[in-house]
Amino acid sequence: MAEPMGFYTDTTVCIGCKACEVACKEWNQLPSTNGGQNTLSGNSYDNTRALDGIHWRHVKFVEQFTDDRKDGRWLLMSDVCKHCVHAACLEVCPTGAIIRTEFDTVVIQSDACNGCRDCITACPFGVIDINPASGTAQKCTLCYDRLQAGMEPACSKACPTQSIQFGTIRELKERAQKRVQQLQQLGEKRAYLYGADEKMLGGLNSFYLLVDKPEVYGLPPDPKMPTRNLQLGSWLSGLGALLVGIMGVISFRNRGVRENAVEDRP
Amino acid sequence: MNTVPSSTFFTAPPEWGWLVVLYFFVGGLAGGCYFLAVLIDFFGRATDRPLARLGYYISFPCIVLSGILLTLDLRRPERFWHMLIESNTFRPMFKYWSPMSVGSWVLTIFGLFSLIAFVSALSEEGRLEWPRARLWRPPAPIGTFLAVIGGLLGFFVAGYTGVLLGVTNRPIWSDTPLLGMLFVISAASISASLMLLLAERSRLTVSGVVALHRFDAWVVLLELIVVVALMISLGPVFRAWLNAWGVLLVVGVIVIGMLLPLALFWRRDLLGERNLVGTAALVLIGGFLLRLVIVFSAQGV
Repeated sequence: MAEPMGFYTDTTVCIGCKACEVACKEWNQLPSTNGGQNTLSGNSYDNTRALDGIHWRHVKFVEQFTDDRKDGRWLLMSDVCKHCVHAACLEVCPTGAIIRTEFDTVVIQSDACNGCRDCITACPFGVIDINPASGTAQKCTLCYDRLQAGMEPACSKACPTQSIQFGTIRELKERAQKRVQQLQQLGEKRAYLYGADEKMLGGLNSFYLLVDKPEVYGLPPDPKMPTRNLQLGSWLSGLGALLVGIMGVISFRNRGVRENAVEDRP
Repeated sequence: MNTVPSSTFFTAPPEWGWLVVLYFFVGGLAGGCYFLAVLIDFFGRATDRPLARLGYYISFPCIVLSGILLTLDLRRPERFWHMLIESNTFRPMFKYWSPMSVGSWVLTIFGLFSLIAFVSALSEEGRLEWPRARLWRPPAPIGTFLAVIGGLLGFFVAGYTGVLLGVTNRPIWSDTPLLGMLFVISAASISASLMLLLAERSRLTVSGVVALHRFDAWVVLLELIVVVALMISLGPVFRAWLNAWGVLLVVGVIVIGMLLPLALFWRRDLLGERNLVGTAALVLIGGFLLRLVIVFSAQGV
C-alpha cells in the first residue's frame, strides 16, 4: 500500500474563487445543475448550496458581521469528502461498492452501487448523494484515476492560493501544525486543526485548519460511526422480541381462555 | 447551525420515502404474522390452527410485497442482487455489522420459510393437493424445526429495520437505541390486529381469537411504554419533533393508535359489536403512522 494521501485545507487563505469546484466538475465530467439554469440561493455567494452527487467540491461562504456591518469577517472553506480512516459509508455499504484504495482514500465504485442510499444516512458530514445521471451514490474520489497516474487531484492543482494542499498525510500534518503555530504567533489564537487528530474517526484524510467552531462551518463537532448503536439496538430488539414472546406464550397457552370462545368475544 | 443538539444534524437525508414506509409496515406484518402463527402453533389449542394458518397466509404475500417495495426503492432496481452477490467477484456479499446487508439475507431466507409455511397451510386446509406439505408445520418434527427457525427470523424481519435506522447518523434515528425494540413490538401489535380483523371477516370463533385480542392489548400497552421511553431517550434531540410530525406522533400514533385502542380493550361496551374491529383498525392506523412519522420526520430536519 502506498503512503496515505489526502488534503489539508487551510481555510484562512481561501478566497472563495471556486476554481476547485470548476476543476472538479471538469475533470470528473459532472453535469451542471438544472441543465445549466442556475438559480441564486440567496445565501451569500454560495449558489452550489451543498455537497451532493454532482457537486463533489463546495465552497462555503460564512458571513460574520455585526448588525451595523461596521465590523466582520468572511469565513471561506472548500468542503469535500473527508476520506475518513474509519469511514462510516464504507462500513454500512451492503453491496461492497465502497472501497478503500491503496492511497487510504475512500471510493464508491459506480458500477457496483445499486442506489440503496444507506451510505448517505451514514456519512456524518452529509457528503454523499445520488448522481441523477447514474442513479448511484457519488462523491469525491480524491481523483483516484489521477492518483493512479501519479498526478495531483484536479481541485488542489487548480487552487490559486494553496488553500487546498495535496500530499502524504504525514507531510500535510507537519505543514498544518506549523501553520497553526504561525497563525497563533500572529495573534489568531482561534486557529486549530479539525480532523487531523486520530480521535476523530481514526483521523480525516481531508482535514482542515479552522478559526471558529466546527458548527460555524457546517461541520459536526463530534462525528461518530453509525455502528455505535448496533450492539445496544440489537440487544434491545432481542429484549422486545422476548417480551412479545412471553406475552404470546401467556396469552396462547389457554390460561384463562374459556372453551366457548364465542361468548367471550367482545 | 451554531447550536445543534447533536452531531447528527450535519448529515444528509437519504430520501427514503413512501416505499420505505410501506415496506416497514408490510415487512412488520410479514415477520409479525409469522411469529404469531408460530406462537399459536406451539402454545395454542388444536382448534386454533385456522388462526395460525391465517398468520401464514398473511406473512407470505407480505414478504413478497416487501421484496418488491425494496427493489423499487433502489435507484438502480436491476442491481438488487448486488445486496447478496458481490458484482465484481460473484462471491456472496455479507457484512454482519451492516443491518441492511444482514437484512437482505434474512429477508431472502425468511421468504423461503414463509413460502413453506404458506404451502403447508394450504395443504392442511385442503386447498392444495400435496399431503406431504402438511408435515412442514408443527407438530411434525420437521415442521417444528422450520417453525422455530422461521419464528426467530420473523422476529428479526420485524425489528431489524429499526436497528438499521439506528445504524445511521441521521437525527432521531441514530439518537436512540430503542427503534428496533419499538418496531418488534409494533409488528406484534399490527400483526395481531390484522389477524383479528381477518379472523372476524372469516367468522373464526376459536378461543385463540380471544387470546389474540388480549395479547394485542398487552402489546399495545408495552408499545406505549416504549414510545414514551424513546421520546425521553432522545434528550435534546426531541426538539426535532416540535413540529407537525410531533403532533402526528402524539395524536395519530399515541392517542389514536394506542390510547383509544387501550380504552376500547378495557371498555368493551363502548363500540358494542364493532369493538374488536374498531380496536384492530385503530392499532393498524397507529402502526402505519408510527412508521410514517419515524421515516419522514428524521429526514425533514
